[in-house]
Amino acid sequence: MRRLAAFFWVVVAFWTISAEAESIVRYGISLADIPLTTGQPDRGAGAYQFTGYTIYDPLVAWEMNVAGRPGRLIPGLATEWVVDQNDQKKWRFVLRRDVHFHDGSLFDADAVIWNLDKVLNDKAPQYDKRQSAQVRPRLPSIASYQKLDDHTIEITTKEIDSFFPYQMLWFLISSPAQYEKLGRDWDKFASNPSGTGPFKLERLVPRERAELVRNGDYWDKYRVPKVDRLILIPIPEALTRTNALLAGQVDLIETPAPDALPRLKQAGMRIVENVTPHVWNYHLSMLPGSPWVDVRLRRALNLAIDRDAVVKLLNGLARPAVGQVDPSSPWFGTPDFRIKYDPVAAKQLVAEAGYSVEKPLHATFVIAQGGTGQMLSLPMNEFLQESFKEIGIDIDFKVVELEALYTYWRKGAKDEMNAGITANNIAYVTSDPLYAIIRFFHSGQVAPVGVNWGWYANPKVDAIIDEAKRTFDPARQDSLMAQAHTLIVDDAPLVWVVHDTNPHALSPKIKQFVQAQHWFQDLTTVGVE
Amino acid sequence: MLTYIVKRLVYATPVAIGVSVVCFLLVHIAPGDPLTAILPADATRELADQMRAAYGFDQPLVVQYGLWLWKILHGDLGHSIATGRPVISEVGRAVGNTLILATAATLIGFTLGTLFGFVAGYAHGSWLDKLASTLAVVGVSVPHYWLGMVMVIVFSAQLGWLPPTGAGPQGSEAWRPDPEHLRYIILPALTLSVIPMGVISRTVRALVAEMLTQEFVQALRAKGLSEIAVFRHVVVNSAPTALSVMGLQLGYLLGGSILIETVFSWPGTGFLLNSAIFQRDLPLLQGTILVLAMFFVVLNLAVDVLQTALDPRIERS
Repeated sequence: MRRLAAFFWVVVAFWTISAEAESIVRYGISLADIPLTTGQPDRGAGAYQFTGYTIYDPLVAWEMNVAGRPGRLIPGLATEWVVDQNDQKKWRFVLRRDVHFHDGSLFDADAVIWNLDKVLNDKAPQYDKRQSAQVRPRLPSIASYQKLDDHTIEITTKEIDSFFPYQMLWFLISSPAQYEKLGRDWDKFASNPSGTGPFKLERLVPRERAELVRNGDYWDKYRVPKVDRLILIPIPEALTRTNALLAGQVDLIETPAPDALPRLKQAGMRIVENVTPHVWNYHLSMLPGSPWVDVRLRRALNLAIDRDAVVKLLNGLARPAVGQVDPSSPWFGTPDFRIKYDPVAAKQLVAEAGYSVEKPLHATFVIAQGGTGQMLSLPMNEFLQESFKEIGIDIDFKVVELEALYTYWRKGAKDEMNAGITANNIAYVTSDPLYAIIRFFHSGQVAPVGVNWGWYANPKVDAIIDEAKRTFDPARQDSLMAQAHTLIVDDAPLVWVVHDTNPHALSPKIKQFVQAQHWFQDLTTVGVE
Repeated sequence: MLTYIVKRLVYATPVAIGVSVVCFLLVHIAPGDPLTAILPADATRELADQMRAAYGFDQPLVVQYGLWLWKILHGDLGHSIATGRPVISEVGRAVGNTLILATAATLIGFTLGTLFGFVAGYAHGSWLDKLASTLAVVGVSVPHYWLGMVMVIVFSAQLGWLPPTGAGPQGSEAWRPDPEHLRYIILPALTLSVIPMGVISRTVRALVAEMLTQEFVQALRAKGLSEIAVFRHVVVNSAPTALSVMGLQLGYLLGGSILIETVFSWPGTGFLLNSAIFQRDLPLLQGTILVLAMFFVVLNLAVDVLQTALDPRIERS
């Protein structure tokens, strides 16, 4: 009897301990440090999943918990947003009620205005240079803003811009009360942040780890984290990150080393990837003096690439790019110029332009030795160099660091810094109409205003984009973007090579993970049951 | 001796100023925009110019240097552009972690290097000498970041014996010298120790072999001293030169290896420099390089003093 009782209590104890055991997931991330935790993450779009959409929420959110199709704009901390029909530069945002920050203070219109001042008003006491630098380029349309009542704010744009809500994806809301409580010190706030998000930051060790715990009071019951604790561990070196997964030191990683894929699969790891708004490309100069003013040569470059071979070089971790966006995108359209591997046609076009393998065209491209988004930069570039040589185009590379390449990019092809250079090789995020199409292909987006690096100008494309910006029907917007993309692909101002697939490697411990077709990922979908 | 130390300290001052100028200029001469640390790639030129002015990068270099030097003299290395954290706390934390790793690597590398060197020197010409010399050559020749990766693959991924990255299960803040944390240090310390081990081994071997041919050694043996006593004399006479080499190697270890610390994600000065370089975080880069360079200056001074203490002839000369 005594033994039975003892056995009973052991079982109860075990069950209790098991029930209370915390579920922990350790995520090896590719960044060299934890992104900023003050509200506006640094280190690019891929960083928003770590310290952006975990600790904070935007007014306008992205549907991140679907994998089989592109997501869409959905209500975040704003339940709706409407444009004023009498003045289409005014947007009214109705704010979600009864939402609290992690510190207990209430989210309201004052908090939104405070946060807008935080990044746009350098006279505001809470203005933070770093957060402003991160998010101001993402909010180019905002001219002014005001509170209408406790649950409504109004933002006025510089011009009519129907795509403005996409910009609000990047703008996250930090707690004013927490900032005040911490003595108006953003450095202290970074270690003790307060947002409205599904996770709270419990511990931050700079450059080493961030421990996020579930926010049991999160307002969105469909986005409550599936694990109790998510630990982010920066491991910037790909092979080290892969080995950390194999050694069981982490439970999932992003961007595993492509060469290690067979080993990972052999060890029982699952590789997850998806269509991702990214394109690896050469952005060609269309300025007088550049050989690429000739559309035949631009098309020839596109036809000279065996994209399947490039995908193979990356061990399958890419998709062939036949345009700025993936064919599954609603903005792809119906271009007449079909991008495929056709070296015969490519040589023909080169010959028509007056060149050949015996009398090749010489040109210089500026490329990066590596870096975020650039995939296997040097091997890919070397492969493409050989491909172009086979059709009579000799490309020399000027190899610089990625950060230096950004400087070449921002200055535009006309700047003396780019003298002698006729293309750059920066991988682009293509997540929304502004990022995918408008900033590269509208003639008004040349430097210093935007990043139409090659000074591409097609009045028809401009007209379609201008019309799209004044069109508020989403279906019509998609149709116009598709028309623009059709013309752009036919003009071939870029050489499109592959799209990244943002691969992740998951240990068998991870039973659930939804990878969205975006750089924004929802880490509340990571589960161990 | 005190006069000597004071003289060396005085000589160190222009060296320190020169180091600060070089540190400052090097990072500014390198291509790339210092605002990369905070601006997204597609920031407009207008915003970039505004931020440049906000951070003082639009000032002439001489002015920027002067302001920076003024702050340093008041103990302020500035703030990281990327994170906003004080550079001094970032560097302090990283230096602490690098010291831990460097201490472990020093113990391994210096011990093995000295041991191999003495064995090779004493057994000059024998198979022991060849073996020890081969190990030393391998140590200085093998790319140590490659070696680190191989060690991770074998001991972590394949065998699962040791963790591949990091400074501990809870990070470096909770580090303590217990078995759990020492497991994290084994692979990076071993990897980091191979070059110093090789260099010291070759140096000590040459010194010992040369010492053993000296007349005083033959005289000592003729006087009937035991081999251990002779060995002590050889050690003392080899020490100044060996110390000089060890000092340089210690400086190299204390500087942190960017490659090793990145491979193992060890949060030391090398890892910090790696991050600062790629982000063009100039204040962090300048501050870290300056601190590491001053380490070398101080370390060289310490080695010189120690050498003088061991061999007073050095001071008189």
